[in-house]
Amino acid sequence: MSLQDKVLSSSEVLNFRGSGFRSLDDIKELEGGREGLNAFLAVAEPEDLEPCGQGPLEGVMVALKDNICTKRLPTTCGSRILEGYRSPYEATVVQRLRQAGALIAGKTNLDEFGMGSSTENSAFGPTLNPVDRSLVPGGSSGGSAAAVAAGYVRMALGSDTGGSVRQPAAFCGVVGIKPTYGRISRYGLIAFASSLDQIGTIGATVLEASLLLEVVSGHDTRDSTSAEKPVPRYRDAAVQGIEGMVVGIPTEYFPEQLDPPVRALLDEACERLVAAGAEVRPVSLPHTEFAIPCYYVLATAEASSNLARYDGVRFGARLPAEGLDRMYELTRGNFGAEVKRRIMLGTYVLSSGYYDAYYGTAQRTRASIAHDFTTAFNEVDVLFTPTSPTPAFPLGERVLDPVAMYLSDVFTVTANLAGIPGLSVPIGTVGGLPLGGQLLGPWWGESHIIAAAGALEASYGEDT
Amino acid sequence: MIGVEIHVRLKSEYKLFCSDRAVFGGEPNTHICPVCIGLPGALPVLNPEVVDLALRTALAFGCTIHFESVWARKSYFYPDLPKGYQITQFEHPLATKGSVTFSGSEGDTSVKIRRVHIEEDAGKLLHDRVPRASAIDLNRAGTALVEIVTEPDLRTAADVRLFLGELKQTLEYVGASNCNMEEGDLRVDANVSVRRSGSPRLGNKTEIKNVNSFSGVERALSLEIARQIATLDAGSAVGQQTLLWDDHREELRKMRSKEESHDYRYFPEPDLSPVRVTQEQVTTVLESLPELPRDRCSRFKEVYELKDYDAEVLTQSAANADYFEELVGIHIDPQVAAKWVTGPLQALMNQRRENAQTVPVRPAKIAALIGLIERGIVSESAAKSVLVILAQEGGSPSDIIEARGLMQERDIGQLTSWITEVLAKHSEEVARYRGGESKILGYLVGQVMQSSGGTADPRLARDLLIEQLSNE
Repeated sequence: MSLQDKVLSSSEVLNFRGSGFRSLDDIKELEGGREGLNAFLAVAEPEDLEPCGQGPLEGVMVALKDNICTKRLPTTCGSRILEGYRSPYEATVVQRLRQAGALIAGKTNLDEFGMGSSTENSAFGPTLNPVDRSLVPGGSSGGSAAAVAAGYVRMALGSDTGGSVRQPAAFCGVVGIKPTYGRISRYGLIAFASSLDQIGTIGATVLEASLLLEVVSGHDTRDSTSAEKPVPRYRDAAVQGIEGMVVGIPTEYFPEQLDPPVRALLDEACERLVAAGAEVRPVSLPHTEFAIPCYYVLATAEASSNLARYDGVRFGARLPAEGLDRMYELTRGNFGAEVKRRIMLGTYVLSSGYYDAYYGTAQRTRASIAHDFTTAFNEVDVLFTPTSPTPAFPLGERVLDPVAMYLSDVFTVTANLAGIPGLSVPIGTVGGLPLGGQLLGPWWGESHIIAAAGALEASYGEDT
Repeated sequence: MIGVEIHVRLKSEYKLFCSDRAVFGGEPNTHICPVCIGLPGALPVLNPEVVDLALRTALAFGCTIHFESVWARKSYFYPDLPKGYQITQFEHPLATKGSVTFSGSEGDTSVKIRRVHIEEDAGKLLHDRVPRASAIDLNRAGTALVEIVTEPDLRTAADVRLFLGELKQTLEYVGASNCNMEEGDLRVDANVSVRRSGSPRLGNKTEIKNVNSFSGVERALSLEIARQIATLDAGSAVGQQTLLWDDHREELRKMRSKEESHDYRYFPEPDLSPVRVTQEQVTTVLESLPELPRDRCSRFKEVYELKDYDAEVLTQSAANADYFEELVGIHIDPQVAAKWVTGPLQALMNQRRENAQTVPVRPAKIAALIGLIERGIVSESAAKSVLVILAQEGGSPSDIIEARGLMQERDIGQLTSWITEVLAKHSEEVARYRGGESKILGYLVGQVMQSSGGTADPRLARDLLIEQLSNE
């Protein structure tokens, strides 16, 4: 039976690669036991599974990152400030999932408000990496990636502001797709940095991540930044092959400091792409080195504004105090250290007198980075890079070193700055730990990167 | 030098970025949704109706329209501001460089408009609902405003008031706003600084906020100008500060000084694309704009030969001017039409709290009534009572006159008997008239009218009276 035939029905998608179906009770038992990963902040009760539509995900359990608003389950963003918060409305993606027949299994752990790369910044404790429980699962969508890697669910939604879907997917050995900015409605996704945030999909396979993407994509009148573009059948792209595809290898993404075993796996992946019919050639993205500072100026600026609404007045936690200012202070003291750090940074870069030096410069740099990609995609169909410089790192290793933590996003933030789609697919293991390869495409080029990832996945699959 | 910023609530049915209705009043927090109360994850979507109304505003003042204007976030914390920022336009407003000409205290005066931009309103704090606490009503949050900013071209408090009158009239004319002052449709902030005559150096400016009546603006500015002059005269410097106007106590209170001023941390709103306006859109709006009040006033003086005062009063509101022109259109003499609209009709509207659009007596009825006066069937004073009855009960003027016996008395015999009675009672005045004091005639006519209970035809009564006085 060919891969194409496997896509015919959703039940077969579920059984693809042989993994079985887990019930809510299974998830609760696994998470509640000593082997629990703390991947879920809330698991649905059977009565929460509302009657659903008939579609390509009929009966399929999907987990949601806990920054996506649901009516039936709490939405906390991994923050004390939203502890116990129940949204009175539902995100557009949740409606689309239900129309497609999916069942919402629960809400997954994350770095508070998506700010972090290890899921250690959750107010409700870190998530463990199912591959090695002493390691972080990556972040900020660590709960979603761990839930898929552990087999709790086959698919999950995350969000990706600077790599938060792709990096945890890489660390946990699963597939993560961050589509083009505007591909998926952000209505009901709690904002971290609005111009960079995009909901992304995580799947056990390229096919599942692509099918999920197909279901949740599309224009939404409630999100002015969502695009009025038709949604292709991404599930078909996963198996269409890459004969004649031109793959660019940006030199800036392969620095000297990469560990030799990491580099060896990346080289091997390139060879497999060639073997699958692609042509590989080097390209240059000269502004890459400015991406991290540019990203941290823009992301924190937007975050400082997006998080102003958590003032204790209308919803969420409120600490009683004499006087308004004191109430603000105490209530907003509920934010964790990383969130406070970013609010302060963002407030600073937007202050009068500093605005142009920081925000203005960062905006111009962003345009240069986007231009690098436009130029590269005139020559190549997709780009191939590492997803992160290293595999998963130990819990606690970078908690006290924010800059080291920020640098684990060095290869992923560019896609958010440029708005282009990116995908992480497993390309083998280093010392038993999964490594991810990243495919980047031009705006609306999801089908290309899915095809390339599908070809890689098939190539590794033939080994076993 | 005085510059003003006017926040104008636009007449849009829905809020700026969501589909809640923009209505005044209503139970607190009944016109709200996740978007306008800033719930996590909610996103704004522009209501295009607002852009149209804002274009009407900007074009009425002759502004240059920018084909692309950019939303920005203005950040500050206050409980009535749900998101912790207001969505407004900052670096790239919808329109710039317009002007308003008005009749100032020293003749026609022109004020330059610096910019017109769109923004959302905040909610309201209610301090009288919950003991020892403030409550928040977010019905107003997210309703659409335009902010109009002038250059510091104004010189006196009185002129500011006259300017605001012209501005309000224009906004009503073009249908951009209801301009209901009680509902806070127009809110004014004023920046003022003084300069010694002859000195090129301007003192520090102060900003007066929170004024919601034009007379309040005038009073607040007069006070502040006097205070600044007194400060300078005493050899001190005016400090840059923001003042709040307290209308009840007639005083200005210091809100914050320069050191405490907000840093609003403006940056482009990432959740919205820029507002794009096309040349066709501008042309369509321009073509749909009505004649503006000053132009209409001049035309009324010229075409209908109205006195300045009548033309100004008639063009105060577009509805009154329309009503007048409808009367003229059905062949009522312009002078007579003006007299009726500014007189009896205005009194009726005031009494009934209605305007020329809503008042139930439409122009055709008044025209019929005027016709009856001209044919001598009803007296003017009786006609005013007919007008009131028309408003209350409807019907036709002639039926009302007939049913209530309001016809004018033209019977010579009847009139002569009233006259005889009056002449007998007022022999002294009669003697004075005959002695050459002809002015006294008016008094005698009035007496005849009174005897007739107002029904006598005054012209006929007068003629008969003269005849009788010269007979004896």
